[in-house]
Amino acid sequence: MKTSLTINGTEHQLDADSRTTLLDALRNHLDLTGTKKGCDHGQCGACTLIVNGRRINSCLSLACMHDGDEITTIEGLGQPGNLSDLQDAFVKHDGFQCGYCTPGQICSATAMLQEVKDGWPSHVSADLTGDVDLTNAEISERMSGNLCRCAAYPNIVDAIRETAEGRK
Amino acid sequence: MKPFDYIRADSTTHATRAAGQGANFIAGGTNLLDLMKLEVMAPHKLVDINRLDLHQITEVDGGLRIGALVSNSDLAADMTVRKQYPVLSEALLAGASGQLRNKATTGGNLLQRTRCYYFYDTAMPCNKREPGTGCQAMEGATRLHAILGTSDACIASHPSDMAVAMRLLDAVVEIESAGGAVRSVPLSEFYRLPGQTPHIETVLEPSDLIIAVTLPAPAKGAQTYRKVRDRASYAFAMVSVAARVQMDEGTITDAALAFGGIGSQPWRNPAVEKALIGQKPSPELFAKAADILLADAKPQKDNAFKVPLTRRTLIATLKELCGKDAA
Repeated sequence: MKTSLTINGTEHQLDADSRTTLLDALRNHLDLTGTKKGCDHGQCGACTLIVNGRRINSCLSLACMHDGDEITTIEGLGQPGNLSDLQDAFVKHDGFQCGYCTPGQICSATAMLQEVKDGWPSHVSADLTGDVDLTNAEISERMSGNLCRCAAYPNIVDAIRETAEGRK
Repeated sequence: MKPFDYIRADSTTHATRAAGQGANFIAGGTNLLDLMKLEVMAPHKLVDINRLDLHQITEVDGGLRIGALVSNSDLAADMTVRKQYPVLSEALLAGASGQLRNKATTGGNLLQRTRCYYFYDTAMPCNKREPGTGCQAMEGATRLHAILGTSDACIASHPSDMAVAMRLLDAVVEIESAGGAVRSVPLSEFYRLPGQTPHIETVLEPSDLIIAVTLPAPAKGAQTYRKVRDRASYAFAMVSVAARVQMDEGTITDAALAFGGIGSQPWRNPAVEKALIGQKPSPELFAKAADILLADAKPQKDNAFKVPLTRRTLIATLKELCGKDAA
């Protein structure tokens, strides 16, 4: 399947078997290994990246379905020496131990903060139509699709909250 | 994953024709690709419908017409849904994760497989995966399984939250077949009981494409969705209740109740609602409603807890909607 993907602003041409997931296309065909494979079944969130502004599990999507799409991976959010606000905050708050889930956490949180800005409610929001108060409970609920088996959750939540507060 | 051909549909006609010739539709793919990786499902051809023009939510006849490709995220965040059909937003937000809701579609959510661990485990017999091979779940781990609408061939539960709210709201499924004919099927008639053919879950024919789901004008009364699960987020319901209750001077003038996690399909029993309408809320009345709902429950060893759990969840939900002083 011939597929054109714009990844972190650069267009890539891919010619891979139709079975190739977006995750495997990045890691095995395009040498973009920042996006991690955990469960490969949409349960852990390690493979989270941003497609056309929305966070998705790249393991549960076929590369050929994304012809023409704009994809942002962890490599596109920041680089050493030029980290994004969230990446900085993860370092500051020690939001990881082994680091394997971190790219997925940061991609997920990046898109999640946009969802909050767009006024999307969550399961724990007191009011479906009111402003979102990004409490720890809100952050935990909104990030429940990203597991951290080292359980760095308190620090991850701190990093996300500080980033959100800094942008207010 | 088994090899398959991939095509992208450029019209609903193109999509239904391909499906009539044996292709499977793929939209969000969050359930289908998961099952294909395990080779529980192995379609020889996928027809990608994501670029069809089925992404709109429009107000029609006082109600709402939701395109089949509207994502679960967009539907939950839609301001009309939040204000007029809050139970639907709540149910959607109680399901899956942020990432999955961004991919999962309205039509696809209805068509996610009714499933259990044994359906996923290809080393086990399963009447749904391989008709006639038997059901290992009956004597196995059944915590997630259904207690209503099951058969001796299958006890899997329908895991959707969205579909429970849709069932409460009297949603109607709009379906296009090969040739272009469009028909409407109420969600109440959309799912089939497992009986001896648990591999057939809906009334859809092979070429049938869901193009929209319509909701009638919002009914009066307070709405809520209450979900009980093993962890606080991103887990299937042990039991869930979608409810709407209208009160007038201390009397229940209208009530609707739908249940998730306990049925082989999104569950609704008109007799439960009939028992409540015209009555004054009381612990006895709520207990009677629970008795009617659970009269035919067939629990297994591991999920017998669902009978008292459903009873308590139903009563708590009714108390909430009837007002704290009511019972």
